[in-house]
Amino acid sequence: MEVMAPKMNKINLNMPAYIEEPEYADIAMSVHNLNFYYGENQVLFDNNLDIHKDRITAIIGPSGCGKSTHIRTYNRIFEMYRNQRATGSIYLGDQDVLSQSVDSTLLRRRIGMIFQKPSPFPMTIFDNIAYGMKINTNVRGSELAGRVEDALIRVALWDEVKDKLHSSGTDLSGGQQQRLCIARAIAIEPEVLLMDEPCSAIDPIGTAKIEELMLDLKSHYTIVIVTHNMQQAARVSDYTAFFYQGHIVEFGDTQQLFTNPKNSQTEDYITGRFG
Amino acid sequence: MKFLSAHRQKLPIATQALNPILEKSRNNRGVSDGVFRWATGLSAAIIPVGMLGLIIVMLLNSHLALKEFGLGFLTSDNWNPVTQEFGALSSIYGTFVSTIIAMLIAMPMGIAVGLFLVEWSSPKVESFFGTAIELLAAIPSIIYGMWGLFVFAPFMADHVQPFVNEYFGFIPLFDGPPLGIGMLTTGIILALMILPYVSSISRDVFKMVPSVIKESAYGLGSTNWEVTKYVTIPYALHGIIGAGFLGLGRALGETMAVTFVIGNSHRISASLFETCNSIASTLANEFTEASEPLYLHALVALGLVLFLITITTQVAAQLWLKHLVRKAGGS
Repeated sequence: MEVMAPKMNKINLNMPAYIEEPEYADIAMSVHNLNFYYGENQVLFDNNLDIHKDRITAIIGPSGCGKSTHIRTYNRIFEMYRNQRATGSIYLGDQDVLSQSVDSTLLRRRIGMIFQKPSPFPMTIFDNIAYGMKINTNVRGSELAGRVEDALIRVALWDEVKDKLHSSGTDLSGGQQQRLCIARAIAIEPEVLLMDEPCSAIDPIGTAKIEELMLDLKSHYTIVIVTHNMQQAARVSDYTAFFYQGHIVEFGDTQQLFTNPKNSQTEDYITGRFG
Repeated sequence: MKFLSAHRQKLPIATQALNPILEKSRNNRGVSDGVFRWATGLSAAIIPVGMLGLIIVMLLNSHLALKEFGLGFLTSDNWNPVTQEFGALSSIYGTFVSTIIAMLIAMPMGIAVGLFLVEWSSPKVESFFGTAIELLAAIPSIIYGMWGLFVFAPFMADHVQPFVNEYFGFIPLFDGPPLGIGMLTTGIILALMILPYVSSISRDVFKMVPSVIKESAYGLGSTNWEVTKYVTIPYALHGIIGAGFLGLGRALGETMAVTFVIGNSHRISASLFETCNSIASTLANEFTEASEPLYLHALVALGLVLFLITITTQVAAQLWLKHLVRKAGGS
């Protein structure tokens, strides 16, 4: 702490207030001056953020503040759409993922994503999980079956579906579908898991299961979760970033941000005065 | 509740004052309502009545042939007006084979066009091609027939058939004289005619694939081809099959274009280069020649067969769509 103290004084006030612990070696992803545009319309402004390895980082903020847009740049999924454009850099290890020299297909194998709505593919439960391995690896046969089982066990879905692996994934309940999607994502062992409001379409029991699952998973995965549920962010995350109108207003240790926010806007938001 | 009761108390006074006007307008409205209901009801009634009438007239005008030949009408390929023997098999065969050829060509092409428009092209290109496809559907079938006979058939005779015959002639399907007209040419023309239907419906069903499903697939590191093959097409499959039914209905009953290029000979031949006929082309060709009552009745019976075939495919398509809607509603 004392070693870091002089450095703290140099923090640019326009930049988010970084947490004080010297964990720089454990940064999984690092976002620098990220700007994002829908056509001419800029929606993210000079975002700077460090994502800590094997920790859960929550991104909170009112609707339309750019939370989802922000994490959709991490795996360049926004590139599916014309007229969406990002500038700046996002480092995964020493690679800038926004650089065109990085193959987006390979990138997405390293950065998994869970979406707001459960999105099982139109195939069986087994094939949903096996899909990622089939397209990305040479794993087949009994090893494939073993890995599918493994992934389902890790999301605590195995006991519920082991007797109907070959029925359609779309027949499961919403919460089960979402856990299926998480199993599908972790089956190919990504380094980072992006979750874009994963519980917003799910009942409270399903939500509790997914939160529990996230805490289990963080020993192996770096997780970034976008949520509009502040209690959820407080419950599961280690770090929290507060977004407002495309700017990162405050970033820090979750407990500190919720109990002692440095910024008055953050305080207004977490105390429910707007948003 | 308070508001309501207060309102109710005040209401009689207001109604009393306006009573004459209100009564009059209500009467007028009652009359126009009745007229409107009867007009719409009658218009709607034309459909089942017309359908029933059609079936009755067809049965009345084909009973001679049905009585004379029985089920043999469907199983005999002997169509001989001189000896007054009529069997529908060659026409039925021609109808189905030309339709199958058309479907084999139009389905993959239509799906490819739909995929291209939804997945690969910019909005401008999509709207240009979309309009072009709809224009293709608006071309009258006689134009297809004339173009088929005067332009496409000579091209087939001069370039395609000799080539195919030389290299694939060992297959009976492609062994035959390069006449230009015939089963294969008919199938290709039909394919062109149903392509707009298949591609515009494919485009619509591909558009309906939720983007979150595609994003999930891309998010797992899929390539465009993998997303298309494993996610988009399976997701849209029911709709694509529906598109197929629609094209099928059109191809089965198509008359003018087919009559121009099929060659109109009553025979079943293994070769796709040979001339043949379809139900619709036989009807178009021979009605003017049907002088004998039995001949005329045989032709109407042929029409009845076509009617049954198309109605079966339409019912199957409707049932399929219902099944589809139920499935979509359930999940």
